[in-house]
Amino acid sequence: MSILGNRVLRKEDPRFLRGEATYVENLLLEGALTVTFVRSLLAHARIVGVDTSAAEALPDVQVFKGDDIDVSTGPPPIPVLEQRMRRPVVATDVARFVGDIVAVVLSPDRATGADAAELVSVEYDPLPLAVSPGDAVKDEVLLYPEIGTNVAGRAGRMDHDPRLFDGCDVVVRDTLVSQRLAACPLEVRSAAAEVGADGRVTAWLSTQVPHRDHFGLSATVGIDPGQFRVIAPDVGGGFGAKSAFGAEEAIVVWLARHLGRPVRWTETRSESMIALPHGRGQQLELALGGTRDGKLLAYRMDILQDAGAYPGVTAFLPNLTALLASGVYAIPQIEVEGVSVVTNTAPLTTVRGAGRPEATQAIERMVDLFAAEIGMDPVEVRRKNFIAKDAFPYKTATGATYDSADYEAALELALRAVGYDELRAEQQRRRDDGTKLELGIGISSYTEITNPLGEEEYGEVEITADGGAIVHTGSFSHGQGHETTFAMIAGERLGLPIEKIAVVKGDTDDVPRGTGTFGSKSTQIGGMAARGAADEVVERAKGLVGDYLEASAADVVLDTVLGRFHVVGTPQPALSWAELAERVGADARLDELKAQHDFMAPPTFPFGVHIAVVEVDVETGKVDLQRLVAVDDAGTLVNPLIAEGQVHGGVFTGVAQALYEEFVYDEEGNPLTGTFVNYAFPSSADVPAWEAIEMETPTPANELGVKGIGESGTIGATPAVWNAVLDALSPYGVRHVDLPCNGENVWRALQEAKA
Amino acid sequence: MTNVGVTVNGERHEADVEPRQLLVYFLRDTLGLKGTNVGCDTSSCGACTVLVDGESVKSCTVLAAQADGSEVTTIEGLAPEGALHPVQQAFHEQHALQCGYCTPGFVMATVSLLEENPSPSEEEIRRGLEGNLCRCTGYHNIVLAVEAAARAGA
Repeated sequence: MSILGNRVLRKEDPRFLRGEATYVENLLLEGALTVTFVRSLLAHARIVGVDTSAAEALPDVQVFKGDDIDVSTGPPPIPVLEQRMRRPVVATDVARFVGDIVAVVLSPDRATGADAAELVSVEYDPLPLAVSPGDAVKDEVLLYPEIGTNVAGRAGRMDHDPRLFDGCDVVVRDTLVSQRLAACPLEVRSAAAEVGADGRVTAWLSTQVPHRDHFGLSATVGIDPGQFRVIAPDVGGGFGAKSAFGAEEAIVVWLARHLGRPVRWTETRSESMIALPHGRGQQLELALGGTRDGKLLAYRMDILQDAGAYPGVTAFLPNLTALLASGVYAIPQIEVEGVSVVTNTAPLTTVRGAGRPEATQAIERMVDLFAAEIGMDPVEVRRKNFIAKDAFPYKTATGATYDSADYEAALELALRAVGYDELRAEQQRRRDDGTKLELGIGISSYTEITNPLGEEEYGEVEITADGGAIVHTGSFSHGQGHETTFAMIAGERLGLPIEKIAVVKGDTDDVPRGTGTFGSKSTQIGGMAARGAADEVVERAKGLVGDYLEASAADVVLDTVLGRFHVVGTPQPALSWAELAERVGADARLDELKAQHDFMAPPTFPFGVHIAVVEVDVETGKVDLQRLVAVDDAGTLVNPLIAEGQVHGGVFTGVAQALYEEFVYDEEGNPLTGTFVNYAFPSSADVPAWEAIEMETPTPANELGVKGIGESGTIGATPAVWNAVLDALSPYGVRHVDLPCNGENVWRALQEAKA
Repeated sequence: MTNVGVTVNGERHEADVEPRQLLVYFLRDTLGLKGTNVGCDTSSCGACTVLVDGESVKSCTVLAAQADGSEVTTIEGLAPEGALHPVQQAFHEQHALQCGYCTPGFVMATVSLLEENPSPSEEEIRRGLEGNLCRCTGYHNIVLAVEAAARAGA
């Protein structure tokens, strides 16, 4: 029986459980100097002067200013974005957000660095501010005056069809904000670098993308790629925020090279909160039209994306939101227009979901508003408009081609699991009794895109002298369990138990190329690459076995249950991998049992239905999330235990956006939620147990039938909870609550409805 | 400098430390015990939880000097070499860790929680561990692991 599809416990667990993980900060680096950044205290200011004398009076302290470090992180990563909005790694003339680096302190240890950074005196001349994207889009205050606009990128069609909503009985409108979030990986960013005796530079980075960092940092810092090695050891979470190196990593590598001494940096949490790029920050002005009998006809979405002070990939995300605008519905006409603007706030990046949560929040809220407007159960409106299960591949009005799905089946499964009819009855009972604790039921039916760039990933399998195997993958695990999943995938093809298979990743010397991990793509391309390499190794092994058994390679078969090769129809004589490796090794031909495979595939579209049940105290606005049923379909599951863990974490992140978290700036651009004390990261006491239900609709995009599961939970959960809160408040005339639906925002919405 | 004497994982250590040095950096930098992680700078996340005289403590909240004369247990000292403590075993079996960064802190906090309350309810577990933050698991499997560890008599 195949190991695939089993709840296999993780191979990587013991080192984490014993405290033996290899996070960058755990690296012993003899004689390393510590980097401490001096960061701007103002959101927009001319830098008049930086006085380093008091700091440099401390023993063994050096301070670098912008002019000393001639490095730019380069243009925004996507050519359609405004290429002139570049970040100098150290701000020399102008600081554009609270947290912008204005000087770099080098010291023998962390404590001295903190002391010295406080002694660096920066003279600022404040400039007018554009903190909110709504202000920035007016172009009254410019972050880059020489460019003449704050617009960093545009998305969608710019032409309006004035007849878009012709034929609609009803058009509902609302403006939603998918608020700014902090990714909060438990391990903050950390980097170290040194120049070896051979002149090569090695950088250890807490990153999701060691190979991309290798490429980007070698270009940025000016190191020949062959003279540069990136090692991503164990990484304590990334959630998208570690999918591109920042100014900090570039400075660390530059300093190590410039000084010829090892250099290291680990940010503090409070530093991470203001400087590690944030996520979301999207405003959506929406209109959805259809008929009184519940058929959706036309949808218009105007996106205003906050790109932060230095635009990165987030300035492009409205394109991804546009691509998924249709959600799971057959909507004949959709118009999207998006604009991304720079603001005097921290840069933004891809954070778990990245562009897809916004699309899902938009359409799922609007479908509920539409249902309320025509007086129809939101379940019914969804059923009437789902893309039918026999319509795949299905091309949406905004150009996405969905691969496979059965939305109706997912909805039925979720409705049964939650007990929808009973909940509606209970809701009515409470209302009849004049409750102050309103029950709300919210549905979110979603789809999303994984492996969104349709990338190629690298895999290599080599047989070791003892007959085990090593998988080298260009994918990277920072919590996703690749050491187990990829061992299962390769092991199934090789007929080896996972205990005999090691997975190597994250070191650009051990793995020649790779794309890292983001966009929920690892198993579908990285897993497939490992599988392809394993298959090629098996073919090579058959040739060698044929030589030893005096048979044609074409007649040799691998019994994957026993892990033994024999001639077809003749179980004996047979050679196990260990026996084969021994003989091949004796002939000095072990190298032949090694194969590389690059696997490329188009994007896939997981889907599901989440249903949330909340209790809202209409006197205080407090929301109690009681249940969250999550039906998620990411195609075939290789390891349901790990997939479920991804769903749990994803749902948690989605609920955190729905009810708790928001990164807030005041009008002066000062962060108000810059620590774990005031940023509302939920604890175990703030959330319920999750009710995760798996569905498996294989994708045709790869032979395993797998899609991605890392972000689905996040994408599905937020609108389910949001809809549940609005459902609870429907008797009070409330049709809009800002995210997060915390007590304050719910209470305000109730007061406004009363007024 | 202040002279500090602490017994860590059964072994007595003495060192001269800066009076401002936190226990977590004494453990990590002075003693080289890297298993205790630092996740924040406001005593919010619990990643650095260790046992001081048998009770769970966020080691970023205690000065090394305050631990003078104490017995400290870190994640490295929880189980004999090569073995897993029942709480560690339960975390493994329930898939209660993903990136693993919060894990040592959660394991130590759980050991202390079960010491005080050997068979906690789900509610008591969630409240008992609310000083520890996890970004990966949504806490679901952590709660299951604590329940499993309790059943195993950890």
